[in-house]
Amino acid sequence: MDYESLKLIWWVLIGVLLIGFAVTDGFDMGVGALLRVIGKTDSERRVMLNTVGPHWDGNQVWFITAGGAIFAAWPVVYAVAFSGFYWALLLVLFAMFFRPVGFEYRSKMEDPRWRNAWDWGLTIGGAVPALVFGVAFGNLFLGVPFTLDEFMRSNYTGSFWALLNPFALVAGLVSLGMLAMHGATYLQMRTDGDLHERARKISILLAIVVAVLFAVAGLWIYAGIDGLVITSSINGAAAMTPLDKTVEVAAGGWLENYSRYPVMIAAPVIAFAGLLLTVLMSAANRGALAFIGSSLAVTGIICTAGFSLFPFIMPSSLNPAYSLTVWDVVSSHKTLGIMFWVAMIFVPIILLYTTWGYYKMRGRLTTAFIEDNKYSTY
Amino acid sequence: MISESLVDLSRLQFAITAMYHFLFVPLTLGLSFILAIMESAYVMTGKQVYQDMVKFWGKLFGINFALGVTTGLTMEFQFGTNWAYYSHYVGDIFGAPLAIEGLMAFFLESTFIGLFFFGWDRLTRVQHLMVTWLVAIGSNMSALWILIANGWMQNPVGAEFNYETMRMEMTNFSEVIFNPVAQVKFVHTVSAGYVTGAMFVLAISAYYMLKKRDLPFARRSFAIAASFGFASIISVIILGDESGYEIGDVQKTKLAAIEAEWHTQEPPADFTLIGLPNQETMETDYAVKIPGALGLIATRSLDEEVVGIKDLLQEHELRIRRGIEAYALLEKMRRGDKSDPTIAAFDALKDDLGYGLLLKKYTNNVVDATEEHIKQAAQDTIPKVAPMFWAFRIMVGLGFLMLILISLSFYYSTQHSVETKTWLLKALIIALPAPWIASEVGWFVAEFGRQPWSIAEVLPTHLSVSTRSVDDLYMSLAGFIGFYTLLLIVEMYLMIRFSRLGPSSLHTGRYHFEQTHSAGAAVAQPQQAIKDQA
Repeated sequence: MDYESLKLIWWVLIGVLLIGFAVTDGFDMGVGALLRVIGKTDSERRVMLNTVGPHWDGNQVWFITAGGAIFAAWPVVYAVAFSGFYWALLLVLFAMFFRPVGFEYRSKMEDPRWRNAWDWGLTIGGAVPALVFGVAFGNLFLGVPFTLDEFMRSNYTGSFWALLNPFALVAGLVSLGMLAMHGATYLQMRTDGDLHERARKISILLAIVVAVLFAVAGLWIYAGIDGLVITSSINGAAAMTPLDKTVEVAAGGWLENYSRYPVMIAAPVIAFAGLLLTVLMSAANRGALAFIGSSLAVTGIICTAGFSLFPFIMPSSLNPAYSLTVWDVVSSHKTLGIMFWVAMIFVPIILLYTTWGYYKMRGRLTTAFIEDNKYSTY
Repeated sequence: MISESLVDLSRLQFAITAMYHFLFVPLTLGLSFILAIMESAYVMTGKQVYQDMVKFWGKLFGINFALGVTTGLTMEFQFGTNWAYYSHYVGDIFGAPLAIEGLMAFFLESTFIGLFFFGWDRLTRVQHLMVTWLVAIGSNMSALWILIANGWMQNPVGAEFNYETMRMEMTNFSEVIFNPVAQVKFVHTVSAGYVTGAMFVLAISAYYMLKKRDLPFARRSFAIAASFGFASIISVIILGDESGYEIGDVQKTKLAAIEAEWHTQEPPADFTLIGLPNQETMETDYAVKIPGALGLIATRSLDEEVVGIKDLLQEHELRIRRGIEAYALLEKMRRGDKSDPTIAAFDALKDDLGYGLLLKKYTNNVVDATEEHIKQAAQDTIPKVAPMFWAFRIMVGLGFLMLILISLSFYYSTQHSVETKTWLLKALIIALPAPWIASEVGWFVAEFGRQPWSIAEVLPTHLSVSTRSVDDLYMSLAGFIGFYTLLLIVEMYLMIRFSRLGPSSLHTGRYHFEQTHSAGAAVAQPQQAIKDQA
């Protein structure tokens, strides 16, 4: 396959992995974030944890694989973004530390202080990464203060605190809200009784909040944030580095794709439709459909961000010409080709056995079940 | 210029987090297979005790696995956060096995581990057995891809420098996969993991035997671990990765340092069993030598030489000088001279470019390097001999110690007399840390011995770091040390608690602390423990 197509395909594939992460690991992070909010008793919290118990670990591999795929397919992005967003990433990492140990260790002791401490850990492990991912995405729209030298060594000059600007915080709340909502719709499917009722109510609330914040972010970009446009001609079939192009700042640049490729409007439409579906189906007490709604919303929101930035991945605010794009951050033609086939073979296999796993563990969990199996469940 | 302390702190952070991660990895590799074997016995015989074994050792497996997952995340992030230039420079090759590891192995392991713990009532016996085997296979395949990545750092085959993108690019994927260094490392590392799993089960079962409780459970666990461990320790020693040390320049240097081989000897070279290596005089004081043994071990022949440090040093100096020329040509090309003669001249020298980059530690402008700089850079290519020499001997010594213990365990276990050999049972408990120490010093030899390179002959460690401040590194390091210490305390606490409790922690009513007839003073305290844990 030719290099140009592979570059585009890898943009799609990384997107697929990120969406896979948000749609699967997203709901168990959401469950973590809501653990103390809607789980009132120890048994209820255990129900919540056990709905994701057999799955969170596999789900998290979407995240790990997305990281590995960025390393393999977009090494420049991996290098510049991970070293630039140093503290943001370490914050995500340290928050995520709480998850494997939290799930595994929490219910191994009965002491309420022990359990309470791990519940906080699991809350942090669910909420903080969700927030930080959104904040990072928000900053991409504003541009990130990095530059590259002639040997492709990157240098990031911003601070961690500069990431926490108002627009990025809105983006962070969109992300946190959507994953919490997604966790809540999952809980609607997998629980009953009071917990189920609370999950239903909070799903509706969160879907409305996310819709408002997502609209605010969109209007903010429309009204107040300049985008970027590549002004030199790009030969997609050639090996390029981010040093090989010219870029201009343009008002409304982040919305240009929607007039150039009108089909992309589908993304925000799906996002809002998914949110509406979540509200309606939660109100109608149709948990599975509400979960489909929130999955669509998550997918639509991530696609909207990706489509708006395209072909940019990580704009530079210091030197827009050095911004990272899908054309100039990729691995060699050979590596992209090999990795494409690896993904084509293994992603379907993964989907197959993951589905089997969910199928085998399906059904609602009750507090009675937890109490009967208190030594063999989380 | 990149500060020395930034480089040292980045290295320290990687060393600490990687070695910490590897406290949990070998047990996962070994115990997962032991669980699969136990469950196979359960499915074949239908005896309840085997299922209890899978569930109990599975509990301990879970406590360990959680930290393996936690600390593995760090490794995934760290190449990007702390080693950004490395990631850019070799991501084209190095990233691929990491991504494949996720897709092919880690997904498998992580998806099925959930079914392993929670699927007992949802799956048929055979389905659950299959799940357990897939966890074991997944974790071991995971090790394969990680070691392919690591093997490539030691011996970077199948790749070439591209001056237009300023990085290494893949030329031959199958060379990367079938890298002999990676293959040898894989077998050695997973076998060491199997030994770790076996020693773990042996020591804890020995404890139950000494306490005279849950004997049928302990006996069967012991027998499985002893036979599995016996096969594994033989494979670790015979397939020791020394055979991988004759491939590639940096591997040769490592071998010379491990063996304190200062001078090239007439083949077959003598083996220095023990002595005091002296880096200043380039001699080993008080050396005790075994004639011909090094040649035999390292080259598997009588007539091939094992190159000594002094000769390697000279060779490296020559390559540094050629590296300077390569660097000058690279600068010319980066400035726009892409004429055929320039490119041809660069191509002839580009294998030595990495040696030229070693000078970046001393001067920003490699072309202006002084004789003094060149001598210093050449010296840098020889790792410190004494730590290599000793670390290797500790690893091998522990390996033979475990060979003896496991062989005896296996023998007495087949004779059904192991319970009477209390000295052996006690020795097994005392020796429990041995596999971990051996693994850690083994990794030390492999990675400390790779210095000054992050990618052998291609990219110096010094250049590989991210452009971050020293303060960033201090703070993140402090964070890791604090967090990891806390996690280790919690993990050890749970591990010891559940090991002491034994299969009674399953609450089946079949084991020691749940038997009412065993009431007595000695039971009172663990009874309390049973109530505390859920």
